[in-house]
Amino acid sequence: MLRYLFRRLLYAIPILIGVNLITFALFFMVNSPDDMARMQLGVKRVTPDAIQQWKAARGYDKPLFINEKAEGVQKLTHTIFYEKSMTLFAGEFGRSEDGREIGQEIRQRMGPSLAIAVPTFVIGLGLTVSLALMLVLFRGTWLDRTGVVISVTLMSISSLFFIIGGQFVFARVLKLVPISGYESNPWTAWHFLILPVAVSLVAGIGGSTRWYRTIFLEEIGRDYVRTARAKGLSETRVLFGHVLRNGLIPILTGVVVVIPSLFLGSLLVESFFGIPGLGSYTIDAIAAQDFAVVRAMVFLGSVLYLVGLILTDLSYTLVDPRIRLK
Amino acid sequence: MDPIEFLHILRNSLWVCLVTDALLWLLFMAFLIGLGVILRSPLQREVWRNVFQQRLAVVSAVILAVAASFALLDSIHFRQPLPALSNGAGAPDTSQVRYAVEVNSVLDLVLTGLRDGYEKTYSAPLAVHLSALEPITVTLPDGSVEVRREALRLKVAGQAFAPGAVSDVDYWRDVVSRVAVGILGGLAAYAGCVFVCLALLALIRGKHSAVVSRRHPVARRWAMLTLGVVFVITGVFASLSLNFHVFGTDKVGQDVLYQVLKSLRTALIIGLVPTLVTLPIGVILGLAAGYFRGKVDDVIQYVYTTVSAIPGVLLIAAAVLSIQVMLDNHPEWFGTAVERGDVRLLALCIILGMTSWTGIARLLRGESLKMREYEYVQAARAFGVSAGRILLRHILPNVFPIILITMVMEFSTLVLAEAVLSYIGIGVDPTMFSFGLMINNARMELSREPVVWWTLTAAFMFMVVLVLAANILADAVRDALDPRSERQS
Repeated sequence: MLRYLFRRLLYAIPILIGVNLITFALFFMVNSPDDMARMQLGVKRVTPDAIQQWKAARGYDKPLFINEKAEGVQKLTHTIFYEKSMTLFAGEFGRSEDGREIGQEIRQRMGPSLAIAVPTFVIGLGLTVSLALMLVLFRGTWLDRTGVVISVTLMSISSLFFIIGGQFVFARVLKLVPISGYESNPWTAWHFLILPVAVSLVAGIGGSTRWYRTIFLEEIGRDYVRTARAKGLSETRVLFGHVLRNGLIPILTGVVVVIPSLFLGSLLVESFFGIPGLGSYTIDAIAAQDFAVVRAMVFLGSVLYLVGLILTDLSYTLVDPRIRLK
Repeated sequence: MDPIEFLHILRNSLWVCLVTDALLWLLFMAFLIGLGVILRSPLQREVWRNVFQQRLAVVSAVILAVAASFALLDSIHFRQPLPALSNGAGAPDTSQVRYAVEVNSVLDLVLTGLRDGYEKTYSAPLAVHLSALEPITVTLPDGSVEVRREALRLKVAGQAFAPGAVSDVDYWRDVVSRVAVGILGGLAAYAGCVFVCLALLALIRGKHSAVVSRRHPVARRWAMLTLGVVFVITGVFASLSLNFHVFGTDKVGQDVLYQVLKSLRTALIIGLVPTLVTLPIGVILGLAAGYFRGKVDDVIQYVYTTVSAIPGVLLIAAAVLSIQVMLDNHPEWFGTAVERGDVRLLALCIILGMTSWTGIARLLRGESLKMREYEYVQAARAFGVSAGRILLRHILPNVFPIILITMVMEFSTLVLAEAVLSYIGIGVDPTMFSFGLMINNARMELSREPVVWWTLTAAFMFMVVLVLAANILADAVRDALDPRSERQS
């Protein structure tokens, strides 16, 4: 088990280097730092001097991969690739365009993101699994068919609609909750959170319900279910005791992998509801074309994804005794 | 528009072929060829008959076809000739024809009335007044001047009414009569079309077959019904558009119906073109990884884990930002704004394709891992058939249903993604039309007074219909083609 974990962690390193190479290629090779400087400075202030200054201030004035002028190890370390990409491994995210420490920002903004993402995740998982079980219990009836139709319809509606519509109806017309905003204490900020959480729930419910329903339906056709019924178990016992537990295995694949990424928050919901989390941070960075922040978020996102993959493997051993990690 | 003038303009214009135009038409041709292949093979025909046994699938297919025909019409671009300059002596100089900078499409030409009918600013659907009150100065009979706030009459809409206030009776009489004319016109056009189609079919197939054949009555009946509804709606919209803006106008006074119809092309391109990138990469890498195993598998798995480790939106954002900087720094590459927007759209499609191939690669890897152990594949290997040939002849045809299903399901995901990306500002070029841009431009409108709801409603409505149709069709295709899905209910 420990050896397995260790191997998986080692395997994550080349992947993260690959991620860094891709983002590096996108940010520094498609466009030279000169191009970036020109764009950030704006048309009016572009002079060769200003570009040099801009690059020097941000450490972009070095060669990309190999520094011919330096000596020894510094040939490799005094380069943009090393200083901007490899230092991410040490958790040094650098500074954003407005000079703030990115690492500091990330630590501050994690809380609000989690305040939205965790309730959405927990309630959503419980809700969709119960709904899917209910549809399976009533399979073949009008309830099942209506449920599927509603799920497909919900899937076809843009999440922007739920956000804009929800804000308009509940915050502007009915004035039940504030339109947007946040309080630093997540326990008293619940009235700011309730609408974003509800909106994310509605936006995500269709797809997962339908997916879980398919999984449960697949399980219900298996032999052990027939055996359980033959033993005389009631349909609800069969569903909750057997189908649910076996259906959890494929559900876990999709669910556990996103748990670490909950830190990143939701891009749309956070920016619409003015939640100062990592999602809105990312959106603002994209809008301001702040490459340092986008680079840091890409790295953070892929680290969390890889953690999620490892967690998924571990969770298998918990729910499925047949699986042993070697 | 006068059909003769229409043809005249088309004949004298300079044709412009944008890259996405070519791709969209290419996809259409590929679709036709695929259809031909399916119709030839009795087995395939049987499979697809199962798909179109379902009423909703038929309705969805027709709706998608209508959207596609709008998009295809919108994908024939040209630049109209400018009126000839006089050469000083009074006679027009016809030796050299100059063309307008503006690039139009055939759809633009059909919708000329909608395109050029600019109002001053917001107006509600079917309104004859601007939606907000405007201060106007009135000189009273006694000579004093008073400022009143009034809703002004629209410049383009409501021309059928006399100037001044429009009474409710006049207004509703006009609306109802136009709707009635629209329905009748739509039905007449529908009848004409059906007649021409049947006549053509009869010509091709011989005497009675087209009319008499009753082989798939469900499909035919529902297809005809849906088409009829589409014709009637088109008729009503067309007849109302002669005097109104059916979906109102937006901030700059542009007709919302026109924007929505133009957005269809962008949506279809975003939904279809990325698969042109996804499929080759995903299919080749996925099949190769499963078939060759060992080192090849390790490398390919490494690549797709790396790509899928990067959060999708951020990868797209990073790529789009980079491309944007490149385009911004090279304005000399493009002759017209439309070409620039088009290249950006194409870049977006390629980026979306490059980021979404991991799913299908993983799926196909599993399949080919399984299939390489099948007897017929082993037999082929024992005969010394080359790996490439085995993959092409024995494995690819068997995973074709999976590829097709993924492609159809990807369509709706991509159309929805476009809206989100355009909202974040990394979507299509702001000079183009798309649902995402419409939503993005209109997101503050709900907080205006009076509330401007129509732009958002129209964009969301068209998007839902398009995506829902694609989702339903995907479900039907999966039910019929996927051997793993058992029809439970």
